[in-house]
Amino acid sequence: MAYDFLDIKLIVNGEQVSARVPARMHLVDFLRMELELTGSHLGCEHGICGACSVRVDGVVVRGCLVLAAQCDGSDVLTIEGLSESKEVVDLQNTFVERNAMQCGFCTPGMLMTAAELLAKNDKMARNEIREFMSGNFCRCTGYHAIIDAIEITMEARREEERS
Amino acid sequence: MPDGIVGNSVKRLEDAELLVGEARYVDDINPPGLLHASFVRSEFAHAKIKGIDLDAALNSPGVVAVYTLDQIMDVMTTDRVPATFPAPQPREEFGSYVLAHDEVCYVGEPLAMVIAQSRYEAEDAAALVNVDYDPLDAMTDCRSAAQPDASATDTRNKGNVFSSVSMGYGDCKSVFENAPNVISETLYQHRGVALSMECRGVVSSFDKRRGKLTIWASCQQPHGHKAILVDLLGLSEDQVRVIVPHLGGGFGPKLILYPEDASVSAASVKLGKPIKWIEDRREHLLTTTQERDQVWEVELAADREGRLLGLRGKLYHDQGAYTVRGTNIPFSAATTILGPYILPNYQIEVSVVHTNKVPSTSMRGAGHPQGNFTMERLIDRMAEKIGIDPAEIRSLNLIPSDSIPYEQPLRTQAGQRIIYDGGDYLKCQEELMRTLDYSGFSVRQQQAKSKGRYIGMAMANYVKPTGRGPFESGLVRIGTSGKVSVYTGAVAMGQGFRTAMAQICSEQLGIEPDDVIIVAGDTDTVSNGIGGFASRQTVCAGSAIHMASLKVRKKVVSVAAHLLEASEEDLELENGKVFVKGVPNMVVCFRDVANAVAGIPGVALPEGISAGLEAEVKFKPENVTYANGAHGCEVEVDPETGKVQILRYVVIHDSGRLINPLIVDGQVQGGITLGVGHALYEHMIYDENGNPLSTNLAEYLVPTAPEVPNYEIVHQISPTERNPIGVKGVGECGVMGVMPALLTAVENALQDFGVKLNSYPVTPAIIVEKVLEGGGYS
Ligand code: FES
Ligand code: FES
Repeated sequence: MAYDFLDIKLIVNGEQVSARVPARMHLVDFLRMELELTGSHLGCEHGICGACSVRVDGVVVRGCLVLAAQCDGSDVLTIEGLSESKEVVDLQNTFVERNAMQCGFCTPGMLMTAAELLAKNDKMARNEIREFMSGNFCRCTGYHAIIDAIEITMEARREEERS
Repeated sequence: MPDGIVGNSVKRLEDAELLVGEARYVDDINPPGLLHASFVRSEFAHAKIKGIDLDAALNSPGVVAVYTLDQIMDVMTTDRVPATFPAPQPREEFGSYVLAHDEVCYVGEPLAMVIAQSRYEAEDAAALVNVDYDPLDAMTDCRSAAQPDASATDTRNKGNVFSSVSMGYGDCKSVFENAPNVISETLYQHRGVALSMECRGVVSSFDKRRGKLTIWASCQQPHGHKAILVDLLGLSEDQVRVIVPHLGGGFGPKLILYPEDASVSAASVKLGKPIKWIEDRREHLLTTTQERDQVWEVELAADREGRLLGLRGKLYHDQGAYTVRGTNIPFSAATTILGPYILPNYQIEVSVVHTNKVPSTSMRGAGHPQGNFTMERLIDRMAEKIGIDPAEIRSLNLIPSDSIPYEQPLRTQAGQRIIYDGGDYLKCQEELMRTLDYSGFSVRQQQAKSKGRYIGMAMANYVKPTGRGPFESGLVRIGTSGKVSVYTGAVAMGQGFRTAMAQICSEQLGIEPDDVIIVAGDTDTVSNGIGGFASRQTVCAGSAIHMASLKVRKKVVSVAAHLLEASEEDLELENGKVFVKGVPNMVVCFRDVANAVAGIPGVALPEGISAGLEAEVKFKPENVTYANGAHGCEVEVDPETGKVQILRYVVIHDSGRLINPLIVDGQVQGGITLGVGHALYEHMIYDENGNPLSTNLAEYLVPTAPEVPNYEIVHQISPTERNPIGVKGVGECGVMGVMPALLTAVENALQDFGVKLNSYPVTPAIIVEKVLEGGGYS
C-alpha cells in the first residue's frame, strides 16, 4: 500500500514549521508525534469529546477532525502556545483556585474552548456557559468547578473593564 | 508545626503542569526506537476459531511482526492472564487469554497483534489479518445464561455459573409468611463504561542486555501489574519495573492487567524493542471492563407502620466472558444493601454468571451502588404500599446514632465483621430534607402542576465501606539536600492525591505542602503497594505517610538535639529548620540533620542514632471505615419529550475528617455526575447476538456540562478511630444514592401516569413509553 505525502508550511504557536506529512495524518497526531506538542490530547478521535481542541486561524476546532495537510498556510495555536501567550493566565489561575481539573486530561481542551468564550466578552449566565462548554467532556470533575472558574474569570474581566 | 495545613483547601500541587500541557501521560512517552501495536479483534460474541491467516498483514508496509498466541508462547509461562484478585477458585483458570486462539467469547477479544513502525501502519496491517470463524450461540442476559439448559458462553467451562453463594441471617421464611406488608420487585441494573477521558495504554520496553522490562502503564496498581508480569513472563522481581505516568482518569477498569498489556510486554521481550499500544475510544467501549449488570428478584417485608422485617431474593451478577478479578462486586452489592438501616432478617442467593460480553470488574462504586439502589427502590415502594412518606419510612428504620458502633449481622467476602464506626444517619437525612425544603415540596409540586410542569423529589441514604486494606506503604525520606520526599505504592489518578499526601506529611514536618515531593506509582521506589481503588488511598496511604512522617520527625528532633546539644523537648520544627524554643540562633536545617546521619566513611555515627533520615510504614487498617450520606434531588420531567432536567441536587456527606475540602467536593461532584450518567444516559447496548451497538461517543452518551446541575454539598464530619488521621474514603461515595434518587424523583414527577421504573438508564424514549402506558397524551 502506498501512502501520499504532502509538503506543508504552517505557523504553530508563532513559529514557522515546514514538514512532509502523510496525507491521512490528522492535525493532533502531527502536533503530538512530529512536533512533540503533547498538550493536545486525544479522547475519541471522532469529534465528540473536545480533548483535542486547538485553535486554527483564530477558531477553535477539533484537531482530530482536521488533517494536518489541510492546515497548510494556517496559523495553529495549541495549549502550549496559549499558555505562553498569557492570554488566559487569569483563567488558569481560577482553574487552580476552584479545583477545576482532576486528572487534567480534558483541561487543555477546556481551556481552549473557554478562551474562545471569554474572548467574546459577553455576559453569560451559568447555564449559557454550560451550553457553550457542552462539546468538551470531563469525566472527573462533574463540570461544576469548571463552570465556576469560567464564571469567576468572566466576572473579574468585566469588573476590570469597569474600573 | 504550621497550623491547619490538614483540613484546608490547599491549592493542588498537580495543577501547574496540567494547565499548560506539560503533563506526561502514557501516550506522551516515546522511548527511542519505539514500535507500535494494533490488535485484531473478534467480530463475534462467541465463535470457534478455525484459522488465522497472517500472510497479507506480514507483507504490509512498516510491519515488524504479526503474532498470534502460538508465536509468543515461548516467552510466557501460561496462555491466560493471571486473575488479579484471588477468587476462591484457582486463579489461572478463568482469566482472559493473552490472545484468544481456539474460541472467542466477546466482541473485541484480541486474537492477534501487529507490531509496526507506526500506529497507522499497524492498523493497516491488522485490517488485513483474516480470521476464519465458526459462530456459536451467544448469551447476553445473565439470568437466562444461569438456567441449566442455557447454551454455553464458553465451551471450555463446565457451566455458565461461575459461583453461587447463599448469604443472610435470621429467619426470612417465617417472617414472610406472617408479614402484613410484602412487596416483590425485579430490578435491572445496567452496565456502563468507565470512560476515563484517557483510554488505556501501555509502553513496554525490554532491554535485552540488562534483562530488564520497564513498563509505563495507565494503571491503578503498579505493584499488582508487576506481580502478574513476573508470573506471566517468568521473570524475577528485579527484572520488572512498572511506572505509572500521569493518569487521565482510572475509575476502576485500569486496575486490570489486560490481554493487550500482557501481549505487548511479551512482544517487547521477544523483540527487545520498546512497543506502545494506546487504546482508541472504540476499543475502550468494546474491551475495557464494564460494570453494573445485575438482576435482582427481591421481596421486602414490613410491619404495619413500615418497620422492615426482612428482605430476601436472588441476585444474578453478569460476570462477562471471563473472571478477571474475582467476585467482589456481587459480594459487595449483597452486603451494602443493608445500608444505614436495621434489617432483622435477610437471605440472598447470589449467582455469578458468565455471558458473552466484555468481562465485568469494578467501576467507581464496585457493587456498592447496586446494593444501595435495590434497598432504596424497595423502601420507596414499601412506603407507597403502606401509604407513608418516603422520609418517614426511612427515619423509622435508620440505625439511631446512639447504637453506633453498630454491627450488621453479616460478613464481608474477606470474612470481616461489618461494624459501622460512626456517622449520624438521621441527622444527615434531616439536614437533607431541610436543605431541599422537603416539607414544602408537595405544595410546590401542586403549584407547578397547575402550570403544566411536572416536578418530582426523592432521596436516598447510603453507607459505604472505604479504606480497604490489607495495607498501603508510605516511605518518608529527608535527603542530604534537605528535601523531603515521600514514596508510596498508592497511585495518583487525578484526585489530588499528591496534594493530600503532601499536606499530611508537611503538617508533621513543619514545612509547606509544596516542599514535599510525592513519588507514587513506581515499583522501583517501594517494595510493596496496593494501589488506587475502593476509596482507600487517603485512608491507607494517608495513614502510612502520617505515621512515617511522625517517625522521621522524631528522628529529626533527636539528631538535632545531638547537634545543638539541647534537650529534645526544647526543640521546634519550622520551615525546614529545627531550633531551640526561644533561641532562634540555635538552629540546624534539615540538610544539616540529614548529613549528620548520612555517614562519613570511617566516622562513627552519633551514639545511639541509626543511619539515614527516613521511615517506612505499611499501614494495615484493622477494618474498613464506613462513610455515609444522604442524597436528594428535585427534577423536572417533560412528559411529552421524556427530557429530565435536574433542578437541584443535594448531598449531605460524611467521610470523617477532611484533609482538603476542595478536593473532597471535587470527588463528590465527579461521583454524582457518573451516577447521573448511569441513571439517565449511559447505555451500553448489545443486540441479542452480543454485538455492541454503542461503540462511539455519539452512541454511548455521557453527561456534559448542560445535563448536570450545580451541586450542593454539605459536610458532616464524624472522624473515625480506625486510622490515626480520622479519615474515611470519598472517591466512590458520590455515585452512591444517585441512581435511586433520580429514578424515584422521575417516578414522583410522573406519578399521575403511574410510571414505575425498575431499571436504568431511564432514557427519554423509556419515559415517553411509560407515560403512554400510563394513559398520558390522551
Ligand atoms: S479527540 Fe477530537 S473530539 Fe475527541
Ligand atoms: S479532569 Fe479528568 S477528564 Fe476532566
